[in-house]
Amino acid sequence: MDRLTAATVDATARTFDLAHATVRELNQFLHRELPSTAVRRVTVENPGGRHAIAAGLDAPVEVDVRGHGGYYLAGMNQHAHVTVHGNVGWGVAENMMSGSVRVKGFASEAAGASGHGGTLVIEGDASLRCGISMKGIDIVVGGSIGNYSAFMAQAGRLVVCGDAGDALGDSLYEAVIYVRGRVKSLGADAREEPMTDADFAAVAELLGRAGFDHAPSEFRRIASARGLYHWNAEADQEY
Amino acid sequence: MCGIVGLLVKKPALRAELGRLMVPMMVEMASRGPESAGLAVFTGALSDDHRKLSLYAPDWHYDWAAFEGAFITHFGTDASIRPKGNHAVITSDVAVERVKPWLRAQFPQLHVLAAGRTLDIYKDTGHPARVAERYDFGQLAGTHLVGHTRMATESAVTPDRAHPFTAGEDFCLVHNGTISNPYMIRRKLEHRGIRFETDNDTEAACRYLEWRMREGDDLEAALAKGFEELDGFYTFLIGTENKMALVRDAFACKPAIVAETDDYVAVASEFRALAHLPGVNEARLFEPMPEEIYSWTV
Repeated sequence: MDRLTAATVDATARTFDLAHATVRELNQFLHRELPSTAVRRVTVENPGGRHAIAAGLDAPVEVDVRGHGGYYLAGMNQHAHVTVHGNVGWGVAENMMSGSVRVKGFASEAAGASGHGGTLVIEGDASLRCGISMKGIDIVVGGSIGNYSAFMAQAGRLVVCGDAGDALGDSLYEAVIYVRGRVKSLGADAREEPMTDADFAAVAELLGRAGFDHAPSEFRRIASARGLYHWNAEADQEY
Repeated sequence: MCGIVGLLVKKPALRAELGRLMVPMMVEMASRGPESAGLAVFTGALSDDHRKLSLYAPDWHYDWAAFEGAFITHFGTDASIRPKGNHAVITSDVAVERVKPWLRAQFPQLHVLAAGRTLDIYKDTGHPARVAERYDFGQLAGTHLVGHTRMATESAVTPDRAHPFTAGEDFCLVHNGTISNPYMIRRKLEHRGIRFETDNDTEAACRYLEWRMREGDDLEAALAKGFEELDGFYTFLIGTENKMALVRDAFACKPAIVAETDDYVAVASEFRALAHLPGVNEARLFEPMPEEIYSWTV
């Protein structure tokens, strides 16, 4: 344990400095030891872009990452609340089940990919394939998102305060996308639909959760036209 | 998977530090490409009438002094050689087009890695940390460099198939990804008398872009044509005499991140390769967008 530079302020807080400790030591503490301690807040210093920081959490702990994370940060998260004071690499909060992840900077590709639940907030931009195959997660992006976002998204909400790239919501199932800015192009079977009162309420609630100060009336709803749900043998098939 | 690294220093005082700043970048990217590594470093330019060639020999104890003697005798001119094990850089006033046929005929075991006025290349198989030690990458000085760690998918693991690839003079390219139409590109170029040295897909991209520049395109125009003609997945980092350029294909499946400060521009596949750089936490950090051309001039 002497390598863990544990600057213990009190019994409920713990610090890991990844300039000295490994990600494996951090994650083993979070997975195995944490439940039997009083620790409820963990700070990660000098993350240095390393992969899989705080991945696989399964306890109601607050994790503060003080710097830039690498791939799969907080992946598979359940119950924990993770804040990154920096940027993250590919697949932040991928397959999240519950809890929340907040990224103060930008997120690379596939943010929140296949997430089942919880809330992912990205204060900056998210790159390509944000929310790909999302299955119930709520994602709120303060900036813009890249191409192919919400591809085959099945459930959950994606709120974009900036612009969206090409092929937004391609082959969308029942996830709903709300965009405030410009959409470069919609993917196959995605269409703009009128906002209902339930949509305005949903956007207001999600913006409130994220702490973003926009009027819900500025958002548009993108959802599935459900045209791909059934095979159309009558259509001209050109391959 | 492969790793790419690039570094361009903006202040002349930092040129002596170029290799030292880069080595941890390359070592961190070894997990993306553990089997080969290579580096192109751009140094101060030789005079207009001089050229240097980076050469690779199959033997670490190759007799470079004998080679230098044969070179001087044949061309009847002065030459200087800087050996480093199985690599050497020979400098003379003989045109590259004259040296290459002579090498092929008299020294077929030698492989020309690079030619030009500013470019030295070192590349070999082995773990990138070992390759960096083998050729003292930490001691290299220059204005900019382009490096690579390789995990082979498209051709065998040999020194000549490691990156960077070069074509023409003072032009090199490293690649993370896979080109899907290298044989189409190759047939098109071979038709025009362009020689290929390996069966590697990246060589096709490298020779295509350099050919476009010899046809009159500037680097940016050549890259724009590359978006049309090169099919596949790629992040390319390109070095020329006075530029470093970065592009990603339309699908942007292969990563890259840029850190820019008043002192340097650093490029890598992932941020963790940049985390050690001085001032990186205050740097302007961004990921290149698909089909956008990013270039920096020395």
